[in-house]
Amino acid sequence: MDGVFIGGCRLGECNYITHGNYHALNLTLLCKRIMEYIGLNPDRLRVEFMSAGDGNLFVDIMDEYTQQVREIGPLGKSEGIEPAELEKRLAKVIKQIPYIKIMTNEKMGTHLEDPAEYESFFTLEEVSKLFTEMISYYIDPEKCQACMICARRCPVDAIISAKKEVHVIEQDKCIRCGSCFEACPDRFDAIIEIPGGEPVPPPPPEGERAIVKKDKKKAG
Amino acid sequence: MEYCPVVYPDAFNQGISNEKAIHIYFSQAIPLITYIDESCLYLEEKKCRICENICQNDAIDLKQEPKKKEVNVGAIILSPGIKPYDPGAMKEYHYGDFINVVSSMDYERIMCATGPYQGEILRAFDLKSPQKIAWIQCVGSRQVIEGGNSYCSSVCCTYAQKQVILTKDYNPDAECTIFHNDIRSYGKDFERFYERTNALPGVRFIRSYTNIVREDPETKNVFVRYATNEEGVKEEEFDLVVLSVGLEPPANYDQMADIFDIELNEHGFCKTDPANPIQTTRPGIFSCGAFQGPTDIPESVFSASGASSQCGQLLNFRRGKLAQDKVYPPEIDVSGEEPRIGVFVCHCGANISRVVDIPSTVDYCLTLPNVVYAMEQLFSCASNSAQEITDMIKEKGLNRVVIAACTPRTLEPLFHDTLKEAGLNQYYLEMANIREHDSWVHSKAKEEATVKAWDLIRMSVARANLLEPLQEIDLPVNKAALVVGGGIAGMNCAFSIAEQGHIVHLLEKEPVLGGIARKIHDTLEGLDVQEYLRTLIEKIYRHPLIHVYTETTITEVTGYVGNFVTKVQSEKGDAVIEHGAAIIATGADVYTPTEYLYGEDERVLTHLELEELMAKEDEKVTGAQSIVMIQCVGCRNEDRDYCSRICCSESIKNALKLKEINPDLDIYVLFRDIRTYGFNEDFYREAADKDVRFIRYEPEAEPQIEPGTGEEDGRPVLKVTLPDYVLGKKLELDADLVALAAATIPAPTTKEVAGQFMLTLNPDGFYKEAHVKLRPVEFATDGVFLCGLAHYPKFIPETINQAYGAASRVLTLLSHDTVTASGSICVVEDEKCMGCGACVTACKYDAIKLQKTRHGDKAMVNPVLCKGDGLCNAMCPTGAIQLKHYTDEELFSMIDTMIPVEEEEKADAIAGGV
Repeated sequence: MDGVFIGGCRLGECNYITHGNYHALNLTLLCKRIMEYIGLNPDRLRVEFMSAGDGNLFVDIMDEYTQQVREIGPLGKSEGIEPAELEKRLAKVIKQIPYIKIMTNEKMGTHLEDPAEYESFFTLEEVSKLFTEMISYYIDPEKCQACMICARRCPVDAIISAKKEVHVIEQDKCIRCGSCFEACPDRFDAIIEIPGGEPVPPPPPEGERAIVKKDKKKAG
Repeated sequence: MEYCPVVYPDAFNQGISNEKAIHIYFSQAIPLITYIDESCLYLEEKKCRICENICQNDAIDLKQEPKKKEVNVGAIILSPGIKPYDPGAMKEYHYGDFINVVSSMDYERIMCATGPYQGEILRAFDLKSPQKIAWIQCVGSRQVIEGGNSYCSSVCCTYAQKQVILTKDYNPDAECTIFHNDIRSYGKDFERFYERTNALPGVRFIRSYTNIVREDPETKNVFVRYATNEEGVKEEEFDLVVLSVGLEPPANYDQMADIFDIELNEHGFCKTDPANPIQTTRPGIFSCGAFQGPTDIPESVFSASGASSQCGQLLNFRRGKLAQDKVYPPEIDVSGEEPRIGVFVCHCGANISRVVDIPSTVDYCLTLPNVVYAMEQLFSCASNSAQEITDMIKEKGLNRVVIAACTPRTLEPLFHDTLKEAGLNQYYLEMANIREHDSWVHSKAKEEATVKAWDLIRMSVARANLLEPLQEIDLPVNKAALVVGGGIAGMNCAFSIAEQGHIVHLLEKEPVLGGIARKIHDTLEGLDVQEYLRTLIEKIYRHPLIHVYTETTITEVTGYVGNFVTKVQSEKGDAVIEHGAAIIATGADVYTPTEYLYGEDERVLTHLELEELMAKEDEKVTGAQSIVMIQCVGCRNEDRDYCSRICCSESIKNALKLKEINPDLDIYVLFRDIRTYGFNEDFYREAADKDVRFIRYEPEAEPQIEPGTGEEDGRPVLKVTLPDYVLGKKLELDADLVALAAATIPAPTTKEVAGQFMLTLNPDGFYKEAHVKLRPVEFATDGVFLCGLAHYPKFIPETINQAYGAASRVLTLLSHDTVTASGSICVVEDEKCMGCGACVTACKYDAIKLQKTRHGDKAMVNPVLCKGDGLCNAMCPTGAIQLKHYTDEELFSMIDTMIPVEEEEKADAIAGGV
């Protein structure tokens, strides 16, 4: 597939009071920037809003868009990206989707009325931060009491939690939603939020994860 | 049909194309079955009988005789419809004489995809596409000459604009000219529609009377003579002339009136009472639609619903006595079985099969995974076809059904029913739209259209594999209704519902009932509004089932269809009202002008204030020598891009009344277009005859107003100046009073109420109904209904029609013990939910709440409030919330199968090779 067209009702004319077409617009603007970020031509993605009475407009746009996509050419190839590399970049984006959604959630509720705002709604800089400056979470082996609360709360099963063993966040699986951070009981306070881009310390190696009980520590 | 030898002009296509003696009336006819008409050779001469022998089902009985049936009924509704005016009645139009003069009905058929040229706009003369087309408005309407009708047909301005837009769609280079008198775009959204048409390149609106002069003997082009203020008389050549014919009563109205013993009005339509336009002159017989007078679709729909509500009132004591509930066989659990898919490919008469090759499509279906059966059907929606589907489900053990036919919007409920009849869960149905999305739009590319049909069916089959059975929820219905607004609309609606045995809570924000009608004293038809209000209010207060709350504000609305809970504060104190339905009749307000010295000079009034002074016989009115009325104040402009519909008639009503008080009074009505549609046209003419002077102004040169110097006649007059386009000079009018026809604007509470009941507003701030034409008294929000000025400005009789219409829709809901909520709703997978609340914010229906659990906050969907729009799905970071029946898996399967991987690779390989 070399291009994707999204058609929707005219903005403000949604049948639902949720007005999802504004969201579709925002999402498209975001995706175009992401495409740009990974080196794909953002013109491959297009959104247009029209009513059922706009048959002619639809035909015009489809003709024009088909022509445009033809000119842009095959995905990746035209951009000079090797298939394997393209696959890798796309996989990276797909993996990042939950995090991107979490970070852009608030902005997605915006109703953009003026097409002049479209261009600047998501900047390339903003999007690149979503990939390079991610918040991370790390479980402090010194503090973890292996209570399993965080693991049960994790929506993506990214926490390795064995009985009496320090829990470990699988950074690869983690979507950085912060559920564990909030779930960890105050009295343990074992989860650390690491600001964007900073390295995450490695977890204790397997076999060395037995927990240090708090009361023992006190006794010692 | 193929074999019938009789070919004659098809009346439905205005005689432009041909038809057989055995035929289907038209492609969307209900019932969609063939019939034999009088042209049949057998019926005429006892010959032929070919069809009888050909028909495999023995369905033709040529010996059938008309039968008389006697039916006992408690009430009768007359909706005999209307007839387009026959322009042949007036020689000067040369209709039937010049081949390139057609009526708008002819043109309508020419444009239609199922019309004589399959949607190609062609001239019958040379089968070429006309480039220069003229529309002539008011043909047979607004004419007090022999053969014409004096009233305005109400619909032609807007349908002509529609025809222009469609013509420009078909041929962007076409030059379209509309010769018109006033442009009467008085309906909801019509003004914008007019502007849109006017803004199209190559479209001219010319205000002029016209003459069809002659035709070119060679090209048969038609010459039209017209006159403009700037250029005088001109003659212009057109390829085609469309006569915008009006509407008139069919010839059989008289006969009908005799049979039913009812009276007709002077125009030959049903004689109605402005206080109840649905009631004919005979009790128990009701009228609706255009029988009341020329009318557009929404007004027809609400008068039709209204008539049913009045029958309901009359026959309430017998309600439910003859009703039978449909019983379905028990549902078979097939969820554990391998998918066995049946595909039914519909010809839709010839709508699909004319373009898509059906037999090869059926063969193709059989090659698809898990498709165990496929067949073609002439009309899948016909009752015998539905039976066939049910039978095949049983016979072949099908557990999924794909219908390749039309849009699910219209017929999905029918096919759901078909599945239920066969004992399958109705959500095992999938429809592939190979009509609207295929045959209708690709009629010129048959092969490609067939391939597209295959693609669409392949996608549907992919999804069908993944469909899951879903359960719908039955909710109890609280039998009480809540009416918001105690004006004419609210009161009539409340009364009709209460008369049918339901408790009604009627809320009014003012201390008294009546709404804006309290400011109106009479109507053009002569209804004494204040007297009418008194009687109506008395009926309301006396009704044992109606509870009136005045000085009311709504503090909170919760709940959903069948089960609303509304908290109100009123003069009775605080109350919590439980109700099954709500009717929004919050009315409208009058714009307070900021223009024309209003508020600065007390001689400048609104039209309603003038009416008030007239009712009081104030000497400002009785002593006046000259009154100027200015129309379109505060609307048809950038701020309010709509026509207030009633003000032209309001001003004319005042003018006529003033002429009664003082025949010597000079009255000037400064207007842009006089929009006295329907029978009100007669009053416009009467006013003009009585020397009320109508002077047109353009929005670019609005009338100017300033206080006089006091020297004119010794009177302290206002000076109104404006250009006179007919005389081409500046006019200066002296006025003792200036009355402004101020816009009708949404009531100030509209926004608030919309928020409370989760309703949408249109760009003008009026409530947005579920469908502007077809569902004009309902909201998209279930259980909430609409009537009166809150919907759009309208006259009292129209309001009453709509109020009864809303009552009827409410009754349809309240007369059931349960309502069914769709099974296609969102559901949360708890483990994946991170409790972020993005879905809660996204859902404006309040259907999702965060609930505390041992594992943190989790989103919970209230299945009754969920509308299944799926925005929450898009917002959810982890994919924890999914819309049943439209899951990611189901949708992705369609996309994946649309472009199979091998094809992708092949395409890449080809692209790579180049």
